[in-house]
Amino acid sequence: MTALFDLKKVAKSFVKGKEKISIFDDLNMTIEEGDFVAIMGPSGSGKTTLLNMLGGVDQPTSGEVWFAGERIDSLSEGNLAKWRANNVGFIFQFYNLMPMLNAARNVELPLLLTKLSGKQRKKNVETALTLVELADRAKHMPSEMSGGQQQRVAIARAIVSDPKLLLCDEPTGDLDRATADEILKTLQLLNEKFNKTIVMVTHDPAAAKYAKRTLHLDKGEFVEEGMAA
Amino acid sequence: MKDLYLIYKNLTRKPLRLFLTSFAIFIAFLLFGAVTTLKSALDSGVELSADDRLVVLNSINFTNPLPVAYVNRVKAVEGVSKVTHANWFGGYFQEPTNQVVTFAVDPETYLDVYSELVIDPAQQDAWFRNRQGILIGERLAKINGWKVGDRIPLSSNIFSQDNGSSTWDFVVEGVFTGNDEQVDTGYAIFHYKYFMETQTMGGDWIGWIILTTTDPALNESVARAIDDQFANSSTETDTSTEKAFNKAFIEQIGNVGLIIFGVVFMAFFTILVVVGNAMVLAVRERTGEIAVLKSLGFTSPRIFRMVLAESMLLSLLGGMAGLGGAYVVVAGAKDAMAQFLPNLVLGTDTALQAFGFMVLLGLVTGLLPAYNALKLNIITAFSRR
Repeated sequence: MTALFDLKKVAKSFVKGKEKISIFDDLNMTIEEGDFVAIMGPSGSGKTTLLNMLGGVDQPTSGEVWFAGERIDSLSEGNLAKWRANNVGFIFQFYNLMPMLNAARNVELPLLLTKLSGKQRKKNVETALTLVELADRAKHMPSEMSGGQQQRVAIARAIVSDPKLLLCDEPTGDLDRATADEILKTLQLLNEKFNKTIVMVTHDPAAAKYAKRTLHLDKGEFVEEGMAA
Repeated sequence: MKDLYLIYKNLTRKPLRLFLTSFAIFIAFLLFGAVTTLKSALDSGVELSADDRLVVLNSINFTNPLPVAYVNRVKAVEGVSKVTHANWFGGYFQEPTNQVVTFAVDPETYLDVYSELVIDPAQQDAWFRNRQGILIGERLAKINGWKVGDRIPLSSNIFSQDNGSSTWDFVVEGVFTGNDEQVDTGYAIFHYKYFMETQTMGGDWIGWIILTTTDPALNESVARAIDDQFANSSTETDTSTEKAFNKAFIEQIGNVGLIIFGVVFMAFFTILVVVGNAMVLAVRERTGEIAVLKSLGFTSPRIFRMVLAESMLLSLLGGMAGLGGAYVVVAGAKDAMAQFLPNLVLGTDTALQAFGFMVLLGLVTGLLPAYNALKLNIITAFSRR
């Protein structure tokens, strides 16, 4: 496997009042292409900050973040936005669908950033919705769907532009066990069958079991690494 | 264009708010369209005034007469080219509510001074010859269905005849038009001599004198020379350009420009606050969604343009509806007011001006929320939720 992500001596801190709060001091990490990594740890350990840096929505105070041989921590805001559009799919805890758009239109959003024709966009949306088994719900509004269905629409939105990387922030945190398992199986399928690299932040050990490996983060450091059985 | 659907869905996501906000804009542009058209109609007389034409009035006010002898004395002033005079008749047809703007004039000199009036030479000659003859404007003829040869009785709400009647009989000898479609043809003129012979107030007096100068550059000196000539007499004069006279006449009902500015300013200020507030709130409610769009890869400038476009669309939606409403109101009032405001038409100038204000309103109300969206930090936005 080749390294998709490489974090070198990454530090992240911010100033609150007169106090400097350090989240990471010297974080090193490599994520291979096709990996499925679960990141666990207590609140305040830096899980979400790490995910944000991997997704290019936050930048380190120092250190380097490399993605597929390209250094992304020094990109401008506009170039980072383009990089995200081309390489990253986000899946959030609370789905974050646009309430005024139906499922198909929500899924189409990332494709508006491409040069695809309307017809091609429609075809890609159908494919993505079929993959998450929601093709029959294309015209439904988010308010007409269950939490699990909304999260599957969010997954379809994340994969519709065929990014290499999926970043999931507590994707099952708002779902019951059975629905959570369905979502995690879908993520597993995307990883195994479609070779998507997935980084998932979770508090749920049961969710972490779906990943190929689990990283435990505490006070800005990886304290142990577990491999899936 | 790809974002248009998204902009449209954002705009229409709260129908009640959309309705109320666009209704406020609708009212503002309805007012703007109607009031500006009214001002244009009032101003059209001023705009059409000849540059070389002066009006001599009694300095007390224009309802006080001047001695007819002043005509020849004015004619003798250096720089004066042509001179005529007119009297206000205060006419109406059958009912006092059916007013007919009518002047008693000296036929030959009047048509000489008002060279923009066009009349068939045969009809002109017939009118010159018939002391009871009246010349009517094309629009007035259309309104009342009058034609050459008709005998029409016109009453005066000011003057009466020896026999106690306040009605004069006239024969329509001609119909005049204008050499420009903007020239007012909504009035009638008849012989001053016929008027003087029959009215009971007696004396040789006239309402006002109209003259042309040999060069518009001489207007000021000619006006001063005329007024100086009659200074310290029992009837002093006040000479001004026809443009200034018409403007002053209109402003008898108040400073129309100031009234319009006040109405439009208040309306726009109010909707600026209403729409601006609505846009700020609408975008603030969408903070999370904007953060999601940014995380998907939508650039900040693109989101800035989307918010601004939404604001612009809202402004155009309400504004165009308001302008359409003003067009309907003006078209409805046109016939009823044709007698007094012949040029009451919502013109291209007003429409373009309104469109400019719509764009400006959209920009001003959208700028702050668009800027907020531009500057929105994804992490801060998510942490607020």
